[in-house]
Amino acid sequence: MTTDAEKALPHVPDGVRAALGLAPSGPHYFFYRHRAWVRAAHWINALCLAILLMSGLNIFNAHPALYWGDGSDFEHPALMLGAYADEFGMVDRGVTSIGGHEFDTTGVLGASKAGGQLVARGFPDWATLPGPGWLAMARQWHFAFAWILVLNAIGFVIYGLWSRHFARDLAPTRQDIAHLPREIADHARLRFPHGEKAKHYNGLQKLAYCAVIFLAGPLIVMTGLAMSPTMDAAFPFLPWLFGGRQSARAIHFLCAFSFLGFFIVHIAMVILSGSWNNLRSMVTGWYVIKGRGHG
Amino acid sequence: MADRRRFLGRAFAGLSTAMLAGCYDLDEKPWFTGALGKVENLTREVQHLFAGPQTLAQEFTKADIAPVFRANGTRDPGTPDYKAHLANGFRDWRVTVSGLVDHPLSLSMDRIRAMPQRTQITRHDCVEGWSCIGEWSGPQLALVLAAAAPRPKARYAVFYCADPMTVEGDPDHYYYESLELSEAMHPQTILAHRLNGAILDVPHGAPVRLRAERQLGYKQPKYLQRIVLTDTLQGIGGGKGGYWEDQGYTWYGGI
Repeated sequence: MTTDAEKALPHVPDGVRAALGLAPSGPHYFFYRHRAWVRAAHWINALCLAILLMSGLNIFNAHPALYWGDGSDFEHPALMLGAYADEFGMVDRGVTSIGGHEFDTTGVLGASKAGGQLVARGFPDWATLPGPGWLAMARQWHFAFAWILVLNAIGFVIYGLWSRHFARDLAPTRQDIAHLPREIADHARLRFPHGEKAKHYNGLQKLAYCAVIFLAGPLIVMTGLAMSPTMDAAFPFLPWLFGGRQSARAIHFLCAFSFLGFFIVHIAMVILSGSWNNLRSMVTGWYVIKGRGHG
Repeated sequence: MADRRRFLGRAFAGLSTAMLAGCYDLDEKPWFTGALGKVENLTREVQHLFAGPQTLAQEFTKADIAPVFRANGTRDPGTPDYKAHLANGFRDWRVTVSGLVDHPLSLSMDRIRAMPQRTQITRHDCVEGWSCIGEWSGPQLALVLAAAAPRPKARYAVFYCADPMTVEGDPDHYYYESLELSEAMHPQTILAHRLNGAILDVPHGAPVRLRAERQLGYKQPKYLQRIVLTDTLQGIGGGKGGYWEDQGYTWYGGI
C-alpha cells in the first residue's frame, strides 16, 4: 500500500482482465500495492506460523492439558484432550474436557486414527509436525522457526517504522474509527471497497493487522519465552506477568489459536474480495484497480 | 455395574517415551537435522547471554508447594543392587566425584547430609509441558566440586545414575546426564536428598538426585552415583551428553 511508490501501469493485459472477469476495454489499471520487503516478510511469516502451529500442536500432544497458575493441578486442568478405552484396553472414545465438562470429540481431539486404528492423541497426526508424535523433533522445528519468526518480525518492525509503512498504512485514523460501524455492516454483507478505496486498508483491516502484529505477536513470543526455565531466571517478570508458567503456556496456546482464527478470516477475505488480484499483489506487488482510470 | 472404562487422559506422563518412534522426511536429512542442531547452540548462547551464570530461578513459598509432586521417568530402578541399598537404608550408597579433579571424592549419605545445606522451593518444568512446585534440600554441588578441586580443563559434569534404561543392543545401560560446569556450579544446583521436608523417596530419586533449577526435568538425574568432570562428551554413552539426548532431545535443556 504505497502512495509514493505508485507505479501505475496504464495497461492491464487481456489475459489478466480475462482472469479477473473484467471487460477487455475498461479503464482498469495496475497499482503497486505491496513493496518487496512487505511481500517477503509476509511469506516468511506465513511459512513460520504454519510450521510453528503444527510443531506446537505436536509439543502440546506430549501433555495435552492446560492449567492456570505456576504449577499443574493435574486433577483440575482448564483444558484436557483425553481418551477412554474399552474393556480390552482399546481406545474407543476421545474427549475434550473444558473446565471439567467433557465433550465427545472422537476422531479429531483426544483420540484419532493412526495407521487405521483409533489411538489416544491430543491433536490428530494430520495437524501436527512431524506427523507422528515426536516431542524431541517437534521442539527442534518449533525453536528453529521461532527464531526465524522473531528475526523476521524485528526486521519488519524496524523497516515498518523507518519507511513509515506503519504510520501511513496501518495506524487507524480517527476517520477509520468513525467509519467502523459502517465497515462492519459492509463486511457482514460481503461488500468490499473497490476502485480508489481499495488502495488503502479499511478500518477493520487496520485493526485486525495491528492486533496480530502488535498484540498477539509479542504476546505469543513472550509467553513462549516464559515457558523456558532459563529465561524465567533471566527475566523473572516473564512468568509473573502472565500469572505463572502454566498460565503462560495456556495463553501461548490461546494466542496460537487466535492466529489460526486470523488466518481463517484472512483467507476468507482474500477469496471473497478477489483471490487472484490479492494473491498477485502479495506475490508481485501489482494490484488491479477496477473502475475509473488514472486519466 | 462396575465402570469398565479406564480414563487414559491422566496416564500421559510416560507418553514421551513412545513418542520417540517416528519419522518424517526432512527429519531424516542430515543437512536439516544439522541446521536444527546449530539452532540449539544459538538458543543456548543467547540464553546464556541474558541469564548469565548466577541469575536465580524463582523461589516460592510453602503455600505454593504442590500437594503431590509428580514422579516422572524411572519410578523405581528395581535392580538387585538398588534393592539391597534400599533395604539397608542407603548406608553404603556413595556419590563419587572423579575425572578432571585433583581430589577425587567418595561421599556417603551421612557426609552429604553433614555438609552446609540449601533448601529451595522451586518449580520443576518437564519437557512435556507440565510444572510442579516442591521444596528440595541438599548441599550445593559447587561446594562438593570445590572440595574435589576441578582442573582448569574440566568443562562438563557428567552424572551417572542407578536406574537402568532400555537401549537396544545394550542391556547394561543406565541413565546419565551432563551439565556445563558453570551450570553445575550454579547456586541452586544441589544434591537433593529431601523433598518437601521428608527423606527423598524412591519415585523421586532416592537417596539423592540432582536439582538444576534453570533446566528442564530430564537434565536433573535421579538415583545419582557418580559425578565425572570431563572436557568432552564424546565417547560417553551415545556421545550426545545424556540418555534422552542420545534419543534425539537437545543437550541444552534451558528451554
